[in-house]
Amino acid sequence: MVRILPQTKAAAVNPLKSSQPLGAALAFLGVDGAMPLFHGSQGCTSFALVLFVRHFKEAIPLQTTAMDEVATILGGADHLEEAILNLKARTKPTLIGVCTTALVETRGEDCAGDIANIRLKRREELAGTEVVLANTPDFDGAIEEGWAKAVTAMIERITRPGEQARQSKKIVILPGWNLTVADIEHLREMVESFGLKPVILPDVSGSLDGTVPDRWVTTTYGGTSVEDIRELGMAVQCVAIGEHMRRPAELLQRLTGVPYVLFRSLTGLKDADRFVSLLSAVSGAAAPAGVRRRRAQLQDALLDAHFHFGGKKIAIAAEPDQLYQLASFFIDMGSEIAAAVTTAAMSKILEEVPAQSVQIGDLGDLEALGAGADLFVTHSHGRQATQRLGIPLMRVGFPIFDRLGSQHKLTILYQGTRDLIFEVANIFEANRHASTPEALDPLRKREMPDELRPSPLARH
Amino acid sequence: MSLLRAKIQDAFNEPGCEKNRGKDAKARKEGCSKPLTPGAAAGGCAFDGAKIVLQPITDVAHLIHAPLACEGNSWDNRGAASSGPTLWRTSFTTDLTELDVVMGQGERKLFKAIREIKEAYGPPAIFVYPTCVTALIGDDIEAVCKRAAEKFGLAVVPVNAPGFVGSKNLGNKLAGEALLEHVIGTVEPDDAGPYDINILGEFNLSGEFWLVKPLLDRLGIRVRACIPGDARYFDIACAHRARAAMIVCSTALINLARKMEQRWGIPFFEGSFYGITDTSEALRQISQLLVKKGADPEILGRTEALIAEEEAIAWKKLAAYRPRLEGKRVLLNTGGVKSWSVVHALMEIGIEIVGTSIKKSTVEDKERIKQILKDDNYMFEQMAARELYAMLSEHKADILLSGGRTQFVALKAKTPWLDINQERQHPYAGYDGMVELVRQIDLAIHNPIWCQVREPAPWDCQPAVREELPRVKNETATLHVVQEFAGTTAGDFGEC
Repeated sequence: MVRILPQTKAAAVNPLKSSQPLGAALAFLGVDGAMPLFHGSQGCTSFALVLFVRHFKEAIPLQTTAMDEVATILGGADHLEEAILNLKARTKPTLIGVCTTALVETRGEDCAGDIANIRLKRREELAGTEVVLANTPDFDGAIEEGWAKAVTAMIERITRPGEQARQSKKIVILPGWNLTVADIEHLREMVESFGLKPVILPDVSGSLDGTVPDRWVTTTYGGTSVEDIRELGMAVQCVAIGEHMRRPAELLQRLTGVPYVLFRSLTGLKDADRFVSLLSAVSGAAAPAGVRRRRAQLQDALLDAHFHFGGKKIAIAAEPDQLYQLASFFIDMGSEIAAAVTTAAMSKILEEVPAQSVQIGDLGDLEALGAGADLFVTHSHGRQATQRLGIPLMRVGFPIFDRLGSQHKLTILYQGTRDLIFEVANIFEANRHASTPEALDPLRKREMPDELRPSPLARH
Repeated sequence: MSLLRAKIQDAFNEPGCEKNRGKDAKARKEGCSKPLTPGAAAGGCAFDGAKIVLQPITDVAHLIHAPLACEGNSWDNRGAASSGPTLWRTSFTTDLTELDVVMGQGERKLFKAIREIKEAYGPPAIFVYPTCVTALIGDDIEAVCKRAAEKFGLAVVPVNAPGFVGSKNLGNKLAGEALLEHVIGTVEPDDAGPYDINILGEFNLSGEFWLVKPLLDRLGIRVRACIPGDARYFDIACAHRARAAMIVCSTALINLARKMEQRWGIPFFEGSFYGITDTSEALRQISQLLVKKGADPEILGRTEALIAEEEAIAWKKLAAYRPRLEGKRVLLNTGGVKSWSVVHALMEIGIEIVGTSIKKSTVEDKERIKQILKDDNYMFEQMAARELYAMLSEHKADILLSGGRTQFVALKAKTPWLDINQERQHPYAGYDGMVELVRQIDLAIHNPIWCQVREPAPWDCQPAVREELPRVKNETATLHVVQEFAGTTAGDFGEC
């Protein structure tokens, strides 16, 4: 049974978290024609924007209500209204995703009420643009919660409620934030290969996949369409990926009766098998030859690479669902989890993480707990600790700003698991230490079984 | 807060600021920050600005008293370099939770955090930055810092610049005020000498100050404190004993320079290490100020000798780029590395300036720009991304020199781009830095990818060769076609 250790330090050292509104904005960025809007001071937006740009190497649509001193004292409703109208006029988005920040939440602003008023008062001006609100104070949660809240908010606001005529081939997929662009693309192909029609919300593979459009666009281009979000209720099945997607999936079921299945992770042979079985069951089709081939390749990768994994000590710091995904992956390969650090204690998935304990904390904790590990697994901010410790770093999650192409790394299903296996094995290969006489000398640094250890006094 | 108000007013009243001097009393009182437009604003907040200025002080622990986003979304994101301590790159934040905010535990948590940092890292000083939320809930940062300093026996410096009070630029100035109030002059050096100077507003991005410091060393000039680039806390605490100062990024720390002159009689000048003539002028002025303050006048001759030597080498290196860059058109969109001397050096080797932003320029600057630009060229206050994109798409410039904000405008318009703002990867200061800048422009413009990315997709525009296929009659021609398809150069299909 895993022990979950709460944070006891007053000073967080080298934060693991990115903020909750950033997570919400990321989800809104997976919708076509979207413009996320932070309700707070301009710095909140600027920091998140810079971080997004460093990660994706793309221009990112993100705006601010630019709360100043006066608005901080008197309230930000006017700023919110002005920002929404300005965005509508300038960029004509189909969706404005409002993410609150600690500033307005500390003030205790009734943002839902404000937005309801704005929608009513400005009905004509705002025609054709959905305004969705996610309450995401920075002092709570991290990317995972922000992402889930934004998806929930979109379903709540946009999806047409009530039982509807079902399209037998249509399935809804609610991916967790930790799926990359490549993961989403692969997921879609996999589902389509069974003759099904997936609607993926959010779909960052259409908007954050790094392309060169032939005109300047100020909103997102690509992603889930607002129309598709409206029609989610016509699907026969919903698949949620990651425990944090349970809430939006439950909401969709409550609103429209579409049943959901939750996958905690799609990485690893067993979870991939489960997913493929589900697709077979829903579609009535057998697994296509390509899928069978991928599975065989994964089997072979397991055989070829397990030598590198056995007994290795892995230190992971990631948000709860990604921590579960990666820890399970390493355990399934024969490694040990030497340290597991995560961002927040709320998620139920933490109880399932295959580690002795999970520390709620930061990269300072990872550095302390993982000092003897063979591999660190976290985002780019782990680079300082791994340099100090001389331990290799495998970059996962967000932000990854010192490597290119992280969005195009596949991490799920047969093929993604195969790729992950090779990536890790190659890191171990690259960091192999050659044997030296000193290191192998059986009489130096001998680890004695306790009962044979001479007393320190008798040493000379 | 009333104290903070006064400081902000004071910053807006800055008589050292050239722009400010041009305003009447009423305009000055209104301050420099233009009101932001919700939904159409860009740029960092005052906290961002304050942290930018102070964070490069390398041996200090920088503690951000705030909910997560202020630090969690922004740490380890600037390219300042340190020649020693790395503590400045370790991130510390109180990471306030909902419970902390609701229960009013902010001050206690801050005090504890200071203790933890002191015990684990033992830095000479801890800088504490409140932000919007901690200012809003009324945490008394000054009191906590004072108490902690007494209790733990180290300097604990409050940097009061919460985000909502204004822009990044205002934050820069408030950071300067914090140094004046709490750091500079708190330690007496035992080695003050006649050749000691301060460099203010130099951030040592990509380590570029190390391209300049050896020149000063050669002249026997000692940098008492470079604020903030590669600085140590005690250097700054002793900075009041320098004989002269140079201010590099004038908009950021002009108030600091002026007040140090007022308080400790340290004369200063505004200069730049960007460009050849400006670097020479800076060295010249430093020596002159030192002589005025009592240094041996022989340094003037040595300075001129060094300048002559270095300039000759630099111009010779630059001349090598003339054949490759002559007639190339540069568009400048930045308030950063844009001293006149950079423009001068670029023009000297035959590069044309086709346009420039004048957002941060003074009236004097604008006059100079008008003289430099030809009739059909233009200057702009601020160009919307869409406009800039259109201009670049029509190939009205061969390269855009700007900051990260417009990086993707250029790249998506398939136009070469060079970062000359804070995230830049290469050092551009001093004589060698100017050569490096030109080298980077050359590399950017002449990279072979430009031909490739501009190539139309085969399905949009069938290569001419394909059309010839049916007309192929004899075997030699077929062979020719096959070779063209197999060819490795994009030139076979395109114009480049």
